[in-house]
Amino acid sequence: MLQTSRTFKENATSAMANAGLQRALTRARPQYAKKRLAAVERLPEFEALRDEARDIKNHAIANLDFYLETYAANVEKSGGIVHWCATAEDARKTVLEIARKAGAKTVTKGKSMVTEEIHLNDYLEANGVTPVETDLAEYILQLRHEPPSHIIGPAFHLNREDWEETFRKSHTDLPADRVFRDARDIQSEARLQLRNKFFAADMGITGANFLIAETGTSVIVTNEGNGDLTQTLPRVHVVVTSIEKVVPTVEDTLSLLRVLARSATGQDISVYTTFSTGARRPGDPDGPEEYHVVLVDNGRSGMVGTEFQEMLRCIRCAACMNHCPVYGVVGGHAYGSTYPGPMGSVLTPMLVGVDEAGQLPNASTFCGKCESVCPVKIPLTGLMRHWREREFERHLTPSAMRYGLSFWAWFARRPGLYRFGTRMAAIGLGLLGRRGGHLPRLPFLGGWTKGRDFPSPEGDTFFARYAAAQRQRNAGGRS
Amino acid sequence: MSQDPGRSAIIGNIRRGLKRGPLPADQQAMLAGRLATHPRHLVPARGQGDSARLVASFMDNVLREFGTVQRLPDFAAVPGAISAYLAAQNIAAEITVSPHPELQAIPFADTPLLKVRFGKAEPTDPVTVTQAFAGIAETGTLMMPSGPERPTTNNLLSDTAIAVIRAARIVGAYEDAFDLLRTERAGMPRNVMMITGPSRSADIEQTLELGAHGPRSLHVLIVDES
Repeated sequence: MLQTSRTFKENATSAMANAGLQRALTRARPQYAKKRLAAVERLPEFEALRDEARDIKNHAIANLDFYLETYAANVEKSGGIVHWCATAEDARKTVLEIARKAGAKTVTKGKSMVTEEIHLNDYLEANGVTPVETDLAEYILQLRHEPPSHIIGPAFHLNREDWEETFRKSHTDLPADRVFRDARDIQSEARLQLRNKFFAADMGITGANFLIAETGTSVIVTNEGNGDLTQTLPRVHVVVTSIEKVVPTVEDTLSLLRVLARSATGQDISVYTTFSTGARRPGDPDGPEEYHVVLVDNGRSGMVGTEFQEMLRCIRCAACMNHCPVYGVVGGHAYGSTYPGPMGSVLTPMLVGVDEAGQLPNASTFCGKCESVCPVKIPLTGLMRHWREREFERHLTPSAMRYGLSFWAWFARRPGLYRFGTRMAAIGLGLLGRRGGHLPRLPFLGGWTKGRDFPSPEGDTFFARYAAAQRQRNAGGRS
Repeated sequence: MSQDPGRSAIIGNIRRGLKRGPLPADQQAMLAGRLATHPRHLVPARGQGDSARLVASFMDNVLREFGTVQRLPDFAAVPGAISAYLAAQNIAAEITVSPHPELQAIPFADTPLLKVRFGKAEPTDPVTVTQAFAGIAETGTLMMPSGPERPTTNNLLSDTAIAVIRAARIVGAYEDAFDLLRTERAGMPRNVMMITGPSRSADIEQTLELGAHGPRSLHVLIVDES
């Protein structure tokens, strides 16, 4: 997709003015959180499993070179081919070359965020290979020429009318006045449209949720079954994936699977969890004749050994964005990058540079909800803070903000003045907002209050209350 | 070890980040030992218990995941159960059966109204009957490793999927099913599907709809005969 993270503020403003998007967000958001919570409550061991999931990924990353080489050796042992691609460009070229050698004209695709990240579809199309997205949501986005707005529910931002309108416009072989009674009718139409494409494709591209070093296996997790048809029916299967997906063993994978679907959709497990190892074997009645793995780095190896190494644990469940108050208001497109939400705000500056995406780590209230639901316990707010520091050090922060921060720092280094000033402000604002409990407008903070109300202070400042509590404790009182 | 420039760049970069060269031999041996013994981690209590409990929780979980399930005394009861199920769903009694010896031994000829073909599913086949390698109580999951007797497409192409499984093959946890696979199959099969309920999507307004690209319904027949 077009990288527009630089204009995050403008993107967010127009997203908040977009009534259709706001309707979609208001509907979708609470559902994900509710389903996750229900799934977690059904599994008493969930918290312990999160710790294990974190430890498994940490172990894999601490020995990433060893496990990647073991993985590649085992893929080759089972008749597959591994293509190591340091950059997005290498990866695109490699996939095209595989397609050309296979004589592939059309390529079906299972849902893959790495192929979005490397902009594979546009590249294939420009080079005479037609990609066909088969995940229901990815399919409609391809028809609408839109990028995904969410990493597991790519059409998060659409309403039913959008689906109906797009299908009517695109499926011109069907009667224009047909009636869609419910979502099922829309889904059935997509199923019929795509059925033949699955059989016509010369090559199928999927992503991978995990790569297993022990066996040279790639694992995909889907609910629709499109990923399985994509990797089973065509003559060539290409797995486009990234280096941090490797884990040591099947057992490690199974433990991670227990936290993945529960964190993502609130399912105990996805409908299809499929382990693929190499190409068709003698006697096999089906399956691809060629099995390729395009192993993409694209900046990830540069995170090893830095403060951002912990981000490599991410298993792309989307729990962080599903629980993020910022994502919930602006949606995924405002982030202007392949990966939205908190995990995207940490990852994107690494992939495209802090100059390009420095705005994103600021798109957070630091409420910490994201890390409290992360199945591999990535300290997302801490990592965003690291990016803010780097942005500030490199003088990428807007000047008004730099002056503001310098002013605050001057003030904060003078405790007496700071306490007096904040106390006066608290009393003043408390008086201003004493009727409704919140302030719809504040001097100099129009940009902030345009999108939300400022809660009016109730009572005294933290310092004053803390001091009062201390005095009471010293006097032997109980609070 | 390799001349591949992409590979050297990636591995080199990782090692620079980890501030070391290739792992020393003793540490490599330790990791190789971990791979060889592939230790289990925490297995939730819901995937443990005696056989009766596991079969019961397997059945509960199949239903929870929008599948249906029926328990049969022996394989001879399978054709009748399939006929009755299809009739109740108003589906033509025409089935494509995976060429698994256990399914081939079923006396389908005794139920002449059922049209039976053994082999790989064609795109238009309405009903497939497969044999499950294992059932997993933890989440009501079927394990389907590929091979001549179990074409992968038979899990995917039909509108109605019927899976036959012996009660004795229902285990507690995913790990137990993979242990069976490790014991009974030499190495990892080309494809291992773990299937939990019929295919579905919630992409349209988060409304769950069954029958996306795979089967719209999944019916599991548990056979007590060992």
